[in-house]
Amino acid sequence: MKSLELVNIRKDYGGAVAVAGMSMQIARGELVSLLGPSGCGKTTTLRMVAGFVAPSAGSVLIDGRDVTRLAPYERDTALVFQSYALFPHMTVAQNVGFGLEMRKVGRAEREAQSLEALRRVRLEHLADRYPRQLSGGQQQRVALARGLVLNPAVFLLDEPLSNLDAKLRGEVRSEIRALQQSLELTTLMVTHDQEEALTMSDRLVLMEGGRVRQAGTAQDLYERPADAFVAEFVGRSNVIEGRAEGGGFRTACGTLLPAAAAGAAGGSFYAIRPEKIVLAREDAGEGVGGALREILYLGAQTEYTVMLGQTPVTVIAATPGPDDALAGLRTGDPVRLSWPGASARLLGA
Amino acid sequence: MRLTGAIYRGGIVLAYTVMLLPVVLLAVTSVFRDAIIAFPPSGLSLEWYRNALGRDEFLDGFVTSFKVAAIATLIGVPAGTAASLALVRSNLRAKQAITTFLLGPIIVPGIVAGTALYLTYLLAQTRLDRDIVGTLPGLVAAHVLLTIPWTVRVVTAGLQGLDRSVEEAALNLGARHATVFWRVTLPMMRPAIVAASMFSFIQSFENLELTLLLVGPGMSTLPIAMLNYLEFQIDPTLAAVATIQIVVIAAMMLVTDRYVKLSRIV
Repeated sequence: MKSLELVNIRKDYGGAVAVAGMSMQIARGELVSLLGPSGCGKTTTLRMVAGFVAPSAGSVLIDGRDVTRLAPYERDTALVFQSYALFPHMTVAQNVGFGLEMRKVGRAEREAQSLEALRRVRLEHLADRYPRQLSGGQQQRVALARGLVLNPAVFLLDEPLSNLDAKLRGEVRSEIRALQQSLELTTLMVTHDQEEALTMSDRLVLMEGGRVRQAGTAQDLYERPADAFVAEFVGRSNVIEGRAEGGGFRTACGTLLPAAAAGAAGGSFYAIRPEKIVLAREDAGEGVGGALREILYLGAQTEYTVMLGQTPVTVIAATPGPDDALAGLRTGDPVRLSWPGASARLLGA
Repeated sequence: MRLTGAIYRGGIVLAYTVMLLPVVLLAVTSVFRDAIIAFPPSGLSLEWYRNALGRDEFLDGFVTSFKVAAIATLIGVPAGTAASLALVRSNLRAKQAITTFLLGPIIVPGIVAGTALYLTYLLAQTRLDRDIVGTLPGLVAAHVLLTIPWTVRVVTAGLQGLDRSVEEAALNLGARHATVFWRVTLPMMRPAIVAASMFSFIQSFENLELTLLLVGPGMSTLPIAMLNYLEFQIDPTLAAVATIQIVVIAAMMLVTDRYVKLSRIV
């Protein structure tokens, strides 16, 4: 059975469409990310699940029950807010116990369960503190504990990592995923950060303009993007305009690029990931010739920008060692790029 | 760099001096022995404190002022808080007009508002055939016109800075709207409400202009009793009264600060 099911939900604000009829399902224990640029409708969708926004059409089902018309407090969801939204006048333990109190759980039981939830996020020693006495990362964990103590049918995460610094982000990411998996929480997460979505989710739903552009696993979206938007939003891609021609793809400025015969017919975009391209010196004799315009040293990797005629192409490769053929390459040098046609994809807009 | 730092510090010292010097002078002159303030004084004495505490008009004035301020605060703060909630939270039309209307009493010069009230009271008195001018209810009604605007100002500002998602979190955790209000919204508004109560009380307690025409025999406030005294005497008794008043208000602020950190509100 599906724990969460959205059936063709839609939200209009006056004339503006925030969500234009979207459907999705989440199985029990699954973490699904709603990914997309700001204004794509992902947050509105999350708020419709929580009950803060009433859908203009369609329905929301939790454990098979239609909750579309229920108030937020009548739904078995727990939302972790982007700002954490802790109660500033209550201690950590009182914050975590609030939901249990609303469910009329007795005091002793409430305290025991709150402490258990705090133990799960390793904060039991801070139970008597007030939120303002905690760091951002600790507040985040209190917010998590406050939700998971209720063992909700659907766990909702709104940009859970956006207020944390880069170092903490990686830690919290693994921690949330581990908690979610060990408790088998059915989770819907909203994020605009594709790395967050790729690393944490069982499945991703990429939205744009209130619609689903593509849904699938991280590999589906990365390896087999449905269109140019997906290819550019998930990971990095060189997206080149042109048209299919014979066994290849002719760019707008005339270069012929290799393509697998099975490419989408009539696709006017060509997408190739920067790490799939092999960069070689001009005398390699094989591949498409171009001029090196920029070299960005990133440490373990180096990013090259190569001009194929008027078209810039990004290549990411392991930084060459001192004896490597690519060592000592300079901007302006002629180079060759090659990749198997099967690595590239022909896409619609 | 060092020069700008010095100018900055100098500016701060100057500002504090300008603010505190009159207060200090007041406290100092209150213990001068001479009836006509002279410097240096011929000696120090607590005579003026004895005089101040011994005169019924000051004691009665203090009691009246305290009563009026307390009742006006108890009426104005809940009313003003409810108005602020409506102004910030609801989809009321003409919010700006309502806000201006509610702040009106502290925008209009006090003496003008006081005169208008006086005339209104006189009219009402003849119609109702009962006293309003010079009565406690009459004074309280006038002072509610001070406590409401101050509350609206302070509480509206507080509400605008309040994170709505905290209330949504409570809803999400299973609290109904009434529970959210009592358990989350109101406690989060507490600092603003305490600050509003303090301002309201002090504004009412020290008000002179609005009250001037509304007092009557046996029903006078402390500032008016002080003004009356000043018409006939210029000895340091008033300095003594003012010093006592400052000490009482400072004590109130310190007590309040124990419960709500005022530095975080104002």
